[in-house]
Amino acid sequence: MAQRIALGLLTLFVISLLIAFGVELLPGDLAQEILGQGATPEGLRVLRLQLGLDTPPHIRYLDWLGGMVTGDMGLSLANKRPIAELIGPRLSNTLFLGGFAAMIAIPIALTLGILAALYRNSLYDRGVNIFTLTSISFPEFFIAYILILFFAIKLGWFPGISNISSELSFLDKLYRTLLPAASLTLVVVAHMMRMTRASIINLLSSPYIEMAHLKGIKPLRIITRHALPNALAPIINVIAINLAYLVVGVVIVEVVFVYPGLGQLLVDSVSKRDVPVVQACSMIFASVYIFLNLSADVISIVTNPRLLYPR
Amino acid sequence: MLVDDTNNSNSDSSPLLKMKGLRIEGLSDKGWQEIVCGIDLQLNRGEILGLIGESGAGKSTIGLAAMGFARDGCRIIDGEIDFDGIELRKAPEWQKRKLRGTRISYVAQSAAAAFNPAHRLIDQFTEGPVDHDLLSEVKAKEKGRALYRSLDLPDPDYIGERWPHQVSGGQLQRMMVAMSMSCEPDLIIFDEPTTALDVTTQIEVLKTIKEIVIDKNVAAIYITHDLAVVSQLADHLMVLRYGNLIEVNSTGQILKSPKQEYTRNLLDARSRNEKITAQIPNPKTLLSVESVTAGYGKGPDILQDVSILVERGRTVAVVGESGSGKSTLARVVTGLLPARFGGIHFQGEPLPDELNNREKQQLQKVQMIYQLPDIALNPRQRVRDIIGRPLSFYLGLQGKEKEQRINELLQQIELPQDYIDRLPGELSGGEKQRICIARALAAEPELIICDEVTSALDSIVAKAILNLLQRLQNELGVTYLFISHDLDTVANIADQVVVLYAGRVAEQGSKSAVFQPPFHPYTRLLLSSVPEMRQGWLEETLSTREAKAGIAREVKITEQGCPFAERCPISIEHVCVGSRPPLQTTTSGHVYACQHAKKVLLRESQH
Repeated sequence: MAQRIALGLLTLFVISLLIAFGVELLPGDLAQEILGQGATPEGLRVLRLQLGLDTPPHIRYLDWLGGMVTGDMGLSLANKRPIAELIGPRLSNTLFLGGFAAMIAIPIALTLGILAALYRNSLYDRGVNIFTLTSISFPEFFIAYILILFFAIKLGWFPGISNISSELSFLDKLYRTLLPAASLTLVVVAHMMRMTRASIINLLSSPYIEMAHLKGIKPLRIITRHALPNALAPIINVIAINLAYLVVGVVIVEVVFVYPGLGQLLVDSVSKRDVPVVQACSMIFASVYIFLNLSADVISIVTNPRLLYPR
Repeated sequence: MLVDDTNNSNSDSSPLLKMKGLRIEGLSDKGWQEIVCGIDLQLNRGEILGLIGESGAGKSTIGLAAMGFARDGCRIIDGEIDFDGIELRKAPEWQKRKLRGTRISYVAQSAAAAFNPAHRLIDQFTEGPVDHDLLSEVKAKEKGRALYRSLDLPDPDYIGERWPHQVSGGQLQRMMVAMSMSCEPDLIIFDEPTTALDVTTQIEVLKTIKEIVIDKNVAAIYITHDLAVVSQLADHLMVLRYGNLIEVNSTGQILKSPKQEYTRNLLDARSRNEKITAQIPNPKTLLSVESVTAGYGKGPDILQDVSILVERGRTVAVVGESGSGKSTLARVVTGLLPARFGGIHFQGEPLPDELNNREKQQLQKVQMIYQLPDIALNPRQRVRDIIGRPLSFYLGLQGKEKEQRINELLQQIELPQDYIDRLPGELSGGEKQRICIARALAAEPELIICDEVTSALDSIVAKAILNLLQRLQNELGVTYLFISHDLDTVANIADQVVVLYAGRVAEQGSKSAVFQPPFHPYTRLLLSSVPEMRQGWLEETLSTREAKAGIAREVKITEQGCPFAERCPISIEHVCVGSRPPLQTTTSGHVYACQHAKKVLLRESQH
């Protein structure tokens, strides 16, 4: 366990290096961005000095890393506000949207997967497979726009723009984020559902499944009680990857629905060359990813009696 | 309702199970093929029927058909299956499901695989009665504990709370027998329930089965390939081959006067055919294992101070129950597991501990044949590549020369030349094992380590493999280190025998010295546990003090004293547990580890 956490931290460190290096490779800098076309060399020099862009890259990296470790993410270059203040509400919005989508997607995926395993190769199984595969095959923005077209424009049930704020009640928030959450659900369900179906079917030829049949256990119970607990490890891993995607991969959906999340902040900051914000966002995404994968490992151990109760 | 009607009329003399003209097809590469070809069967209440045959005889398929069940890739195409007035072929799925587990239950070959690893044992016991609305959860648990207690399972109140992986193989098998009784069925199907077990564990499970079936008067179908085992239990035997009935009769009649040639072959395959050790004029030591102690990772010493001498051209058998360290010894000799202490000399020269430090020539001289040829052969390589690889790797043979040598080897293992282009999937189990032998021979080794090479094979096939190994030794002079838990097999092939117990040598010497009095108490337990082909053997054996002291116990590794002490009927109090048994030498080369003097053991052996 300690080894897993240490590995996670090492991965984070390597990612921080890659982010710093990658940002350094971006053409132009904030000074150029602020001054625009008419910048004079003298003006650029003074502004760079003011912004601290004259120090060598490795010193800036170390300063930044030291700040991140102590929880100080520094100031935004663009508007001089503390980055933590900037990111805080955005992050909670993104987690809200991701969590909402997960609450819809995971139960649907598991139920569809279990039923598809139970009625494998039936019309139902094929129908579910076709539907989920179709929905995963479209780009997210396409799905998002289709949903907007039907539910926001034609039917007018939901707003097409999901600009939420902290003043809104919880139910209002849910109502306004339903369309982006539905688009995300359509994207992630296929993967989880198919993994659930495949890992259950994989086990159906095991002797203990045959034993359950010969004990006269009902088919649905055989799947849920005998196959599913043994199929959990791969399913949990796929769920973790998809949860990570719900947080990290929402950029496009947020942009389409003008949702004030972290993804939008990242896109804005890249175009403004606001390097510290880009770096901070990237680190948060990386941490979420690593944290979810670590949790998947831990849950896999906790649900496996062989590992939990050694001989 | 149909079920209730028949329940009321169950005192009459109509048979419990009746099959008529049962035909079952199985799906293979060549399409649907008949695997059970018109079987008639009748079983009365409280009767035990043995189904005997080798793999492919259709025994398990018939057993499952008695529950109205066909595995994926099998289908019942014709015939009647009448269970107590219910025609199972016509019965709807829900009705069959209500019968399964409640009135007909099943005991599988491998309890380790048939218990769900994700649930505690007691929960798997209660599942049947609770799901079928026969008992409440609490009552079912009580019943489970009572049954565990009556079957002498250790710690009956708590063993059910364990997970399947926390219980030993023999106990797990007995837990499954207990589980089959959870709803008190009229019929139990036993599908090779002791095949995967050691002889001592087998007795323990047979005892449990006997208690359940005979004392509670349950009818049973007992499926096995081992005539000696089933003759301890069955009233009638049905001999099957390729889905056809060969012979059916009372057990006594089959054993005494088998009518069919095939039945006689089955009986012969179990008979001992002891190898007579020829004199070798100047015996030379090929391999010497010197005081080897070894173990895995940071774990305990699995082998403790083991010394073995192997003479060139001989077969040295290593015997013992699972957990005795047999396979670990093979791993040390092959260099897969470096010894912690001690060393190995081969042809008089020290052999490096680690595989990576051994030279190609040293690797070439020691080859290995494994228990499961299915796993030991790459399924995507043709016979040509499998046998050709060592030829080009060790001997540098190419092209025509190599081809010719492969053909010679095929001839030696008695397979036709056109097998050269086959894939392992196109071979039978025995043929695969022959290919493994040819692959080992191709390297022109001095020593071949055979790790349980016949355990996974049917008795007739196993016998043919043993004959082949013996012939090859006579012709080529190869030396075998033969690891086995089957004493009959060992008696058929060994010159020297090493008995391992809990990682220590209990006894070693020539086969005649080890297998004849005076016996080491452990050797005696092993020998007395080998089933004999006569009725009544099980009862006799169970009443011996060896069985009373020795069965139903696990092999435990101890640092101090004699590890066998707690299973030994003649252990000396305070002495055997406390101090290591001295190594005593009797005749030339016969060494045993015991506190008792030879005279005492000889006297005890007369009991």
